[in-house]
Formats: sequence, C-alpha cells, structure tokens
Amino acid sequence: MIITSRFFNRSELIGFIALAAVLFVILPLSLDVFRLNLVAKYLTYAFVAIGLVLCWGYGGILSLGQGVFFGLGGYCMAMFLKLEASSVENTKIQSTPGIPDFMDWNQITSLPLFWQPFHSLTFTIAAIILVPGLFALIIGTAMFKRRVGGTYFAIITQAVAAILTILIVGQQGYTGGINGMTDLRTLRGWDIRPDHAKIILYFFEVFLLFVCIGIAQFIRLTKLGRILVAMREQEDRVRFSGYSVANFKIFAFCMAAIFAAIGGAMFALNVGFMSPSFVGIVPSIEMVIYTAVGGRMSIFGAVWGSLLVNFAKTSLSESFPQLWLFGLGALFIAVVLAFPNGLSGIWADYVQPRIDRLLASRKSKAGAWADNSVADGAPAE
Amino acid sequence: MFGEYSIGDLGSIFVMQGFAGLILFSVYVLMALGLAIIFGQMGVINMAHGEFMILGAYVTWMTSNTFQHYLPSLFSGYFFLAMLLAFLASGALGMLVEWALIRHLYKRPLDTLLATWGLSLILQQTYRSVFGPREVGVELPQWMLGSLKVTDSIEVPINGVFVMGLTVLITIVVAYVLYKSRWGRQVRAVVQNRIMAGAVGINTEKVDRYTFGLGCGIAGIAGSAFTMIGSTGPTSGQLYIVDTFLVVVFGGAASLLGTIASAFSISQTQSTLEFFMSGSMAKVLTLLAVVGILMLRPQGLFALKVRK
Repeated sequence: MIITSRFFNRSELIGFIALAAVLFVILPLSLDVFRLNLVAKYLTYAFVAIGLVLCWGYGGILSLGQGVFFGLGGYCMAMFLKLEASSVENTKIQSTPGIPDFMDWNQITSLPLFWQPFHSLTFTIAAIILVPGLFALIIGTAMFKRRVGGTYFAIITQAVAAILTILIVGQQGYTGGINGMTDLRTLRGWDIRPDHAKIILYFFEVFLLFVCIGIAQFIRLTKLGRILVAMREQEDRVRFSGYSVANFKIFAFCMAAIFAAIGGAMFALNVGFMSPSFVGIVPSIEMVIYTAVGGRMSIFGAVWGSLLVNFAKTSLSESFPQLWLFGLGALFIAVVLAFPNGLSGIWADYVQPRIDRLLASRKSKAGAWADNSVADGAPAE
Repeated sequence: MFGEYSIGDLGSIFVMQGFAGLILFSVYVLMALGLAIIFGQMGVINMAHGEFMILGAYVTWMTSNTFQHYLPSLFSGYFFLAMLLAFLASGALGMLVEWALIRHLYKRPLDTLLATWGLSLILQQTYRSVFGPREVGVELPQWMLGSLKVTDSIEVPINGVFVMGLTVLITIVVAYVLYKSRWGRQVRAVVQNRIMAGAVGINTEKVDRYTFGLGCGIAGIAGSAFTMIGSTGPTSGQLYIVDTFLVVVFGGAASLLGTIASAFSISQTQSTLEFFMSGSMAKVLTLLAVVGILMLRPQGLFALKVRK
C-alpha cells in the first residue's frame, strides 16, 4: 500500500469536495429553512459518528455510551441557554424569578451551585469540551488500564448511559426531568429561533464539522492512526513492541467523547431543546448504526451514514411509523451480515474500481501509467 | 432516618423489603441464567434476550386466555403447560436465530451485539403489531392470589413464593444439565477448546445451536414467571436487558454461582435502598456501585481462571 504524504489522496479529495459541495452549496440552496434545520439536526449526529470511526473503526473500541457524551455536551450548552432565557424579567410570574421554570415547578428556590458558572459563555464552551473529556478519561483509565475491552467495555458504557438517563429523569428539579430543557431562546442576546439565525447556525455547524473531519483525518494519517489500527488487529503485539496500549485507547475514547459533545452542543443550539431521550441506551446504539451504515473505517462515510439513516427515519416514520422499526432492525442485521464496511465499503469495492479503470484506460491512451491508489484500510475481518 | 420506627417495625420492614428483593432476584436469576449460558459459554452478546423473555410472557398470556375460554375447569393448572410452551417457543426461535444469524458472527462478538439489537427491534415491532401496543396482564388462578401471614406484621405474597420456588428448581436443573449430563460436558468442552472438542468428535455446531436454544428457552420461562408479578408490553424486555447484562458481568461470566450471587446482591441492594429513597435514585446508586466494583475488579465476583 502506498502511503501518500499528502493530507488527502485522490479519492479522499473527491470525497471531501463532494461532501463540501453538498453541505455548503447544494443543500442550503435546495432546501427550505425547516428542512435545512432538520439537516443540521442530522449533522449533529455526524460528529458522534466521526468520533466512533476513530474509536470503533480504527481503535476497535465499541462504545455504546456515546449518547452520554452527546448529552453532556448538549446539557452544558442547554444550561447556558436556559439561564439566559430565564432572566428575571422573563420569569416574573414565577414564585422565584430568575431561575429556570422547571426548578420553580419543583419548589427549588435558589439556583443550585453547579448551575452558577453556566452564566458565563467562556466557561460553558470550556465545559462542553472538558466535562465529557474528563468523564471519558476517568472511564477509559479505569477500564483500559485494567485491560477491559471488547464486549465488557460495551456493556459497561451501556450501563453508564442507563445510569445517566435515570439520574437526569429522576432529578427533575435540577435537570428538567423527562421533558428536558425546553424553550431555549437567545445566545448572548442573539435570538437563535428565527430563520436567518437557523441558517447562520447551520453554516457554523458545517464549518465545525469540517474542522472535526480535519482533526480526525490528521489523527488517521499520523503514526497514531497506524498504531490504533495495529492495536485493533493485534493488541498484544503492539504491547510487546513497547507501546502503552491503554493510553492510545484512552486517547481515542476521549477524542470520540469530545466530538460527541460538540455534536450535542450544536444539537441544543440548532434544535432549541435537550432531553434525556438523546442520552440513553437506544439513541447511543442508533449512533453506532450511523457509523456502521456509513462504513466504520470511513470519516466521510460516517457523515453520509448519519444523514441517510436519519433522513430515512424521518421520512419513513412520517409515512409508515410501523415500518421504521422493522427497517432499522433489518438495517442493523444487513450492515453486520452483508456489508461490514457499510456504504464506503460498497463504494470502494464496486464503484471506485470502475472509476479507476475508466480513468486508467483514458490515461493509458495518453501513454501515462495509472495511479494505483488503493482504497484505504478496509478491515479484513 | 430510623427515628420514627420501632425496632420491631424495622425488622418487619427489612424482611418485607428483603422479600420484595427476593422476587426481583428471581426474575434476575431466571433472565441472567439464560444470558450467562449464552454469553458465558459462547461469548455471544444477545441483546434480544429481553425479547425472548417477552415471547415467553406472551405465550403464557395466550395459554391463559385459551384455558379461560375453552378449558375453565383446568384453569388452576394452566401455568405448568404455559411454562413448557414458553420454553419451547423461545427455544425454537432461539435455535432459528442461531442458525440464521448468530453462527455467521462467532468471530465478531461486537457485531453480534449490533445484529441482535436489530433483531430485538424487529421482534418488538412484531409484538406491537400482533399483540397491540398495550400492556397485557395474565389472570392468575385462585390459589396463587393472596398472601401468607408469617407473623403479625409480616406477609408474603403466594405468587412471589411460587416464582422463587420455580427459580430454585430451574437453577438446579440447569446446573445439573451443565455439570452432570453428557450434553453439558460437551458444552463445556466446546467452551474450553473448540478445535480440540471438534477433533474428539463433538459436533460443535450442533452444541452451539442447542446451547443458544437452551439459553433462549430459559428466557422464555423467565418471561412466563414474569407475568405473575407484572404486566407485559412489547418493550418490557428492553427494560431488563442492561440490568441483566450487569448481573452476568458482575458475577463473572461463565460462572453460574457468580450469576446467582450477583443477582442476589444487586436485587437486595436495590430493594433495600428503594425503601429509603426514590426508586430512580436507588437504581442509580445500585448501578453505580456495580459499575464501580467492576472497574476495580473487571473479571467479576467469581472469575473462572482461563488461560488466554
């Protein structure tokens, strides 16, 4: 395999341009604001899916608790927005003005201590990165240092997702309970609800998405990415070569957590609320399927997977609500049994060779030899 | 916290809460037994286990309805037939699933997790389409209603006692089958060394299929028992699946004794805590304790020493 020193090889460059064209130009021009806002919602899951590509596709660590980090990021953002929406003049009618409405409903009379710092936007942005990052660090250190991995890790992350959901639902006065935090209005005085704000938020989100794609691609291309793959295939051999396997796993898990948290924060901004239904076991597993459909080894595939699965979910559950669960279930089984590399695998196996052949035949007529770029890193399992 | 109760009251409270915990323990054990067989012996994560249990519950419900309509004279004994049917239905479905799905994925445990999750979604929707989205309750025969008065302040419900007795019986049968019968020896041989077991003439594929079927069948019995203490809906199974996995992992996979011990400690902790705080906090604290202990001791309570 030829390892190119360039940031993108040719087929990745095409993928990059295609995705950028669709997200920056085609979708904003062709969709109305409501649909564009839906796309923005789908794209928040793409952040999670990119994180899972690093952590699951490359590192071989299947986390079924990404909803936890998505939720932590989202709740950090929502707490800031909620505080701003519950200013004293907005909440005059409450028995205690100046605190979020759900606290008032639950007979809480003063803002709890852990809510206080979320008056500051700087703190909130730092918290969106740091809270999930540190949480992932703690879980990762505890698990990977003791060489817990594979299915055990998946079950424990799932339990963590269950715990956090029960906690959020149970502590209604502090978290808004099952309804979550609704009625988020402004960001530093800038109204996030009207159409033009939605469009600006969409472009900001796509920009952030490409930053994350860039970071993920950078990790993938450096030695770090190679070590992650090596670890997935032959963990012991990497360990015997003197690498600290646990530290690399912790790093991949933390990166995935941070990506998920950014997605969660963008979710709160774009959709205007945050609730425990995006935290628990079911959403966490659905996030894995976005990655699996897109192709667990492909960063761009993860974005396409999130878009397509969510699009299918919206349109199917609008028209045939019973069919959707059958479809989703069948998708899980089909992706695992028939297409373990997802859409990007299908692309690399069937479409890419034809394009290459087409280009090669043209080039050979001109007397040049074909660039035999190999589709990168399809897992052998 | 204890101020307002007298010593005698507290004693009764602990006994009653303890008994409520024992019923939870029975359900955990019945579900976890099947899961421990599948996960511990085969390394397969069956996320659809809860749905196999619910299948058993629906079979029981249908049997009870049939008896009510056509054989009211035999109604008091329907439960034993229902349990058998639940075992057969869930076991047969399990063997079918093993043949169609699981056997292709033995080398990719994480992928079985996703595939069986997909299966659980399909089964849930099937239940919803066939039996309707509402929860259904089984009518219990007369002799199971009511409660036994042990002392003046302590009462235990009869159906709870029955479920517990059933649990003990099934546990003994499973332990006997796994450790004493010829087939159990074959299962354990395949677990310890698949290639060698195949070389001495054990049909490993057949053993896998029957193991998976047995695990799912026990889940069906668990569902059957579950109908006596709660009502059944299409998504009831999902509520228990994470708890049950924690029970199995906490006990140390592949160890029946560990599964029972962990089911006991988890259910007792939870039901005792439930008396002092809200149900959700009790559950959070219990699960946190389990996850915390698992972080310190990842191999679980009773670990089988296996050379990797």
